[in-house]
Amino acid sequence: MNNSKLKIILNGLVTENPTFVLILGMCPTLATTSSAINGMSMGLATLFVLVGSNMAIALLKNVIPDKVRIPAYVVVIATFVSIVEMTMQAYLPALYESLGIFIPLIVVNCIVLGRAEAFAAKNTVFDSFLDGLGIGLGFTFALTLLGAIRELLGTGKTLGMIVFPEHYGMLIFVLAPGAFIALGYLIAVFNKLKKTN
Amino acid sequence: MKKLESNFKNMVLALSSITLFAALALGSVYTLTKDPIAVSKTAKQQNAIKDVLPPFDHFDQKPIEVNDGVEVLKVYKAYDKSNDFVGAAVETSSNNGFSGKISLMVGFDKAGAIVNYSVLEQKETPGLGAKMLNWFKTNNKSQSIIGKNPATVNLSVSKDGGEIDAITAATISSRAFLFAVRNAYAAYCQNSDHQQCDSIKVK
Repeated sequence: MNNSKLKIILNGLVTENPTFVLILGMCPTLATTSSAINGMSMGLATLFVLVGSNMAIALLKNVIPDKVRIPAYVVVIATFVSIVEMTMQAYLPALYESLGIFIPLIVVNCIVLGRAEAFAAKNTVFDSFLDGLGIGLGFTFALTLLGAIRELLGTGKTLGMIVFPEHYGMLIFVLAPGAFIALGYLIAVFNKLKKTN
Repeated sequence: MKKLESNFKNMVLALSSITLFAALALGSVYTLTKDPIAVSKTAKQQNAIKDVLPPFDHFDQKPIEVNDGVEVLKVYKAYDKSNDFVGAAVETSSNNGFSGKISLMVGFDKAGAIVNYSVLEQKETPGLGAKMLNWFKTNNKSQSIIGKNPATVNLSVSKDGGEIDAITAATISSRAFLFAVRNAYAAYCQNSDHQQCDSIKVK
């Protein structure tokens, strides 16, 4: 893989990480990261939709007239989301239940529409695939990290491993305020690291 | 290829063909996943019934439905090899949870004591109300409902004068949970011929 292709992936993971740098898609970020596994699943579901919709839109970009591009993109994205939703319901019912309403809401996740408009509509199918993969991985990484930290501080567990007794957990981190606090610190740390490099 | 012009004909054509194609794709995924979805739903319910019943040989696949005006409770009666009644699993629910519906499967033995329960559906707060999955099974102080008979034990949270410890900081979820359990017992009673059941009705 040559350098410019690698750059597209790294762009999504680091330079334009959707959660830590672009601060997009905050609703699912805050709501589904009560545990590492939930965060990761939400990230992977979004990754699938991103890759699928980015490729489809890059493929169709010349046959979609400009004035109807937003409705066309939304239809494409909604199709992929419904596919994820039905597949999950069929083969991963437990996960489907815990992510609940947030799966259908990927349709209105601004990351997906944002990448369609900002990247897929101007680039080739392969580059759009890489961009979807990079941004999707960046989102998954951010959500997993946030979920792991909240789960650890809140319940003393991470991915099912008990680190310290639940009794000492700070419940606030499992609840909504903890999501804001943890996310705020993560953004600060991420940007500090990005600046020093 | 040059980008299509935004005239009326092109816009109608592009949008219609994209929606048509999306409909076809969704239709086929729906057909493919319809059966697995139905299978996983019944499997969950059947497993819940098996989990909560006392040792049994077979149970009625077609439940007796008890309608309390708000909820429909389903009573699955279980029998041993010689077709004697050993207990029943009751599907029950409450809409008074902290965030929406809580739906449970509760198993009773012949005498009306609770054998086990299984949570079918809940959206309570993780770390608080969601602890109900195991809280009321854990043998610690008086938080467990296992082995207790609702006819002799007051299954309400201690704050309301009952004998069960509520989940710490989740009284609303605990109340809704215990309400559903009491209702399940009432439905069980209506379908068994126990004397202790005489005074109990589905609320």
